[in-house]
Amino acid sequence: MLQKLYDWVDERLDITPMWRDIADHEVPEHVNPAHHFSAFVYCFGGLTFFIVVIQFLSGMFLTMYYVPDIVNAHASVMYLQNEVAFGAIVRGMHHWGASVVIVLMFLHTLRVFFTGAYKKPRELNWVVGVLLFLVILGLGFTGYLLPWDMKAYFATSVGVEIAASIPVIGGLAEDLLTGGTILGAETLTRFFAIHVFFLPAALMALLAAHFIMIRRQGISGPL
Amino acid sequence: MSENDQQKTNDVSRRQFLNYTLMGVGGFLVAGTITPMLRFAIDPVLKVDEETDMVAIGDISKYGPEPTREDFQFPVKDGWAEYELPQTAWISVFENDKGEREVLALSPICKHLGCTVQWDTHEDYPEHFYCPCHDGLYTKDGINVPGTPPTAPLDVYQYKVDDKGTLYLGKAVPREEL
Ligand code: HEM
Ligand code: FES
Repeated sequence: MLQKLYDWVDERLDITPMWRDIADHEVPEHVNPAHHFSAFVYCFGGLTFFIVVIQFLSGMFLTMYYVPDIVNAHASVMYLQNEVAFGAIVRGMHHWGASVVIVLMFLHTLRVFFTGAYKKPRELNWVVGVLLFLVILGLGFTGYLLPWDMKAYFATSVGVEIAASIPVIGGLAEDLLTGGTILGAETLTRFFAIHVFFLPAALMALLAAHFIMIRRQGISGPL
Repeated sequence: MSENDQQKTNDVSRRQFLNYTLMGVGGFLVAGTITPMLRFAIDPVLKVDEETDMVAIGDISKYGPEPTREDFQFPVKDGWAEYELPQTAWISVFENDKGEREVLALSPICKHLGCTVQWDTHEDYPEHFYCPCHDGLYTKDGINVPGTPPTAPLDVYQYKVDDKGTLYLGKAVPREEL
């Protein structure tokens, strides 16, 4: 049935070359854990992406109930967690995923570093990788404020103070982050916008660049 | 071993086996991720309405057979927000055929497309509930006048009267459910 449907579309639109180009390529022996078990370190990049997908999905669903407002934010998080079916699970995926994604991203970076995969011709992909690292840290930082509880508030307060201690531009950075004179209503809306619109958009663009370059250059050779 | 011998010993080829296993594991991972999110998203549809309390409106003796407008506040729990929702009822108290006292508290929400009706406001339709949106009409007891857009009588508020004669109103419900 599915095969028939696929053939029907393929006959008309010739879609096979499209997905073949993306998905159908050989995995070199030195990155295949079935050949050398230690090659599992090559999985970290893909696993990071898997968690990023989960962050995107769970985050999109969380915004159905979450409100970025100092009066209601915490109540809306408590409501979605305790009174909506599977709320604890969906929030849990996003909450734990946020930490797991950073751990996996770090392990992936270590693999690239110790296999020397950043060397010519892959320098640009290392640069994009560093930007990805920063964007994901930014997502973690801005997302952490959103539940608007004591931990969120004071973690952000510390983060903002750190930014404020930068010589010369510290004061500017502080105002830009808080969006006003105090860490309050305007900080929350600003962090929300950055967390769900600006950084996810940047993340998608950078991931696209990352993957296109990998397809162009192939995976780096064995040690 | 020839091609044919292989076929006899195992009907499922190596490729097929790997395909099924990978699709099975992949499907399990995707379903495990997506199911909680979908259930989370459709929760409002599956939630059972909570029992609502009734609110005291006033002494029953002040209402007669003529519909009287009464504005009151109804406490609602709207997700994480709790507040008072303004409501209006058109209340009439009269004796029915059997000589019993009957209370009729009509909801002003038009059964056509939800505008607000008023009692006896349009000069062409005295003694009727009139809806300005598409000229909907209802009689004094809230029955829709045939030939006008509404297709059902006005909803009625659930009510009770305690022994001190205080009238309480609850939720507005369609007639059939009363
Ligand atoms: C790599 C990507 C992401 C990371 C690392 C991340 C990180 C975080 C963190 C740490 C929190 C605080 C959670 C808690 O303490 O329970 C959070 C909350 C939140 N995030 Fe994200 N996030 C990511 C992507 C997204 C995306 C794409 C969206 C939406 C389009 C989103 C929407 C939300 C919302 C609405 C909240 C508030 C709800 C809550 O606190 O449970 N996130 N995020
Ligand atoms: S909404 Fe009342 S007549 Fe259409």
